[in-house]
Amino acid sequence: MSDIINQSLNQIIKRVKTKEISSTDLTKAYIKNIEGAKKLNTFVTTTFDQALDKAKQFDNKPNFDQLLPGIPLAVKDLFCTENVKTTAGSNILNNFVPSYESTVTKNLWDNGSFLLGKLNCDEFAMGSSNETSYFGNVINPVGDQLVPGGSSGGSSSALAADLTPATIGTDTGGSIRQPASFTGTVGLKPTYGLCSRWGIVAFASSLDQAGPMTKDITDCAIMLEAMSGFDEKDSTSINKKKENYSKNLKDNIKGLKIGIPKEYRVDNMPKEIDELWEKGKKILKDLGAELIDISLPHTKYALPTYYIVAPAEASSNLARYDGVRYGYRSKQGKDLIEMYEKTRSEGFGDEVKRRILIGTYVLSSGYYDAYYLKAQKVRQLIKKDFDDSFKKIDGILTPSTPSSAFKIGEKTNDPVSMYLNDIFTVPVNLAGLPALSMPAGADKQGYPLGLQLIGKALDEQKILNIGYAFEKNCGFKNEIKKWWS
Amino acid sequence: MSLDKEKIKHVAKLARISVNDAKVDSLTKDLNSIFKFIEQLNELDTNKVEPLTSILNQSLRSRKDEINDGKIREKVLKNSPKDSDEFFVVPKVVE
Repeated sequence: MSDIINQSLNQIIKRVKTKEISSTDLTKAYIKNIEGAKKLNTFVTTTFDQALDKAKQFDNKPNFDQLLPGIPLAVKDLFCTENVKTTAGSNILNNFVPSYESTVTKNLWDNGSFLLGKLNCDEFAMGSSNETSYFGNVINPVGDQLVPGGSSGGSSSALAADLTPATIGTDTGGSIRQPASFTGTVGLKPTYGLCSRWGIVAFASSLDQAGPMTKDITDCAIMLEAMSGFDEKDSTSINKKKENYSKNLKDNIKGLKIGIPKEYRVDNMPKEIDELWEKGKKILKDLGAELIDISLPHTKYALPTYYIVAPAEASSNLARYDGVRYGYRSKQGKDLIEMYEKTRSEGFGDEVKRRILIGTYVLSSGYYDAYYLKAQKVRQLIKKDFDDSFKKIDGILTPSTPSSAFKIGEKTNDPVSMYLNDIFTVPVNLAGLPALSMPAGADKQGYPLGLQLIGKALDEQKILNIGYAFEKNCGFKNEIKKWWS
Repeated sequence: MSLDKEKIKHVAKLARISVNDAKVDSLTKDLNSIFKFIEQLNELDTNKVEPLTSILNQSLRSRKDEINDGKIREKVLKNSPKDSDEFFVVPKVVE
């Protein structure tokens, strides 16, 4: 059994379809793995009984024509799941049980899959190491002292440790791609508007996007196909025809023009990251792609812009947590205002408070023009950099992160050094573009490293194809020793 | 510019988050280092740049103004920390 669940999703689907394994046995195998992996702290909630019921239902009346036939899936605990606790990694939501299902998870279930449990994440998806969760930090299966990245750290860790065949995360500034890079897995942030935001706990609404996290590119195409699609309930959802990403996957990238932005070679970047980038360029060139030097001159301003825009939106989105209608309420506070203040003080963790205060400040009277308006203008310049470049290229290749996974506690005392982790991923969110991170190699300690492919808006198929061709020719296999059970 | 402790207390008040003195000290240090980082943006002349307010090339859709939901009071109240009959209950507001 264990030799089945360490395979990729598309192989598992094949084995379910050929009846080599039943949905029930598959689900039982994952439950066993999850129970043996408590040390990794990936799950906030498990739904084993419910999953076994669904598996049994599938086995009794199988429909093999679905994209995800009888497949159990764990998802980030930022997606609202009907009658299953949804915490967003926060104390303020630690007793919240939604009475509705997020559109993206509903799409997954409608394609034949069902819920295995809810995965740990940074509190309200604010973090790059999964150390801000109220439910404790997650450990990277790559090494027992390493962070799994964040904010979708429970997702990346559970996937790499074979606790779910694929998963989904959300990406506001790199929260899918950076943890994918740190665990040697694939993560894709779709074009803004491709996946519905309805029913996802909001962080920064103009940047948030849900996306797949998988073991390989084929799986990524399957999951994206299953979860994406127009949704009336999200006012920024793009109304377009659904694509068959998995069926249309092609590994011929001859003649495609790949941009190499010079601004992504940052000061103090480890030599290994540079070498990895060179390796990536060579592989694409050998496959017949044409490399083109490009410039994205405002790249260095993306992070400072992000740290105005995202906290501003967060301070507004998180105003709803007041201890009145749902969530945690402080027992202290003799009047209404004091109850609000105590509830929010006790309910939110330090990083969330920092960002709410930054956001409140930059939006406050007298400072709006200097910060928020300024950031919106720079955001325009960042988007224009990409628009100009994409007139002459098909995709952009960059490193995913400026380092491999770091040690737990290494960056918690210095918020800015933590923020710098997202230096290569944030510009894409500001411009609303799709980007994926794919495993490409390892550093000298054996920790995986990823490369990022950025595409034009709605050009997911093209970056998946480039990734597919790359994966076949990269020769890197993510080897994780099972030390935790 | 730098943020002093009084300013931090004021912003915390606006954000409805109570902070004690120790917290104000650590927030002052953290927020000042973050704002120092943010203020790199001042290097850029953006006088002639239009602010980006939406990254979509479409305007927001409007829906028909009609009732499509309702009669879910139980669901709405289900997660409330304190309720009574059909109301959310909060500490006394009016003396």
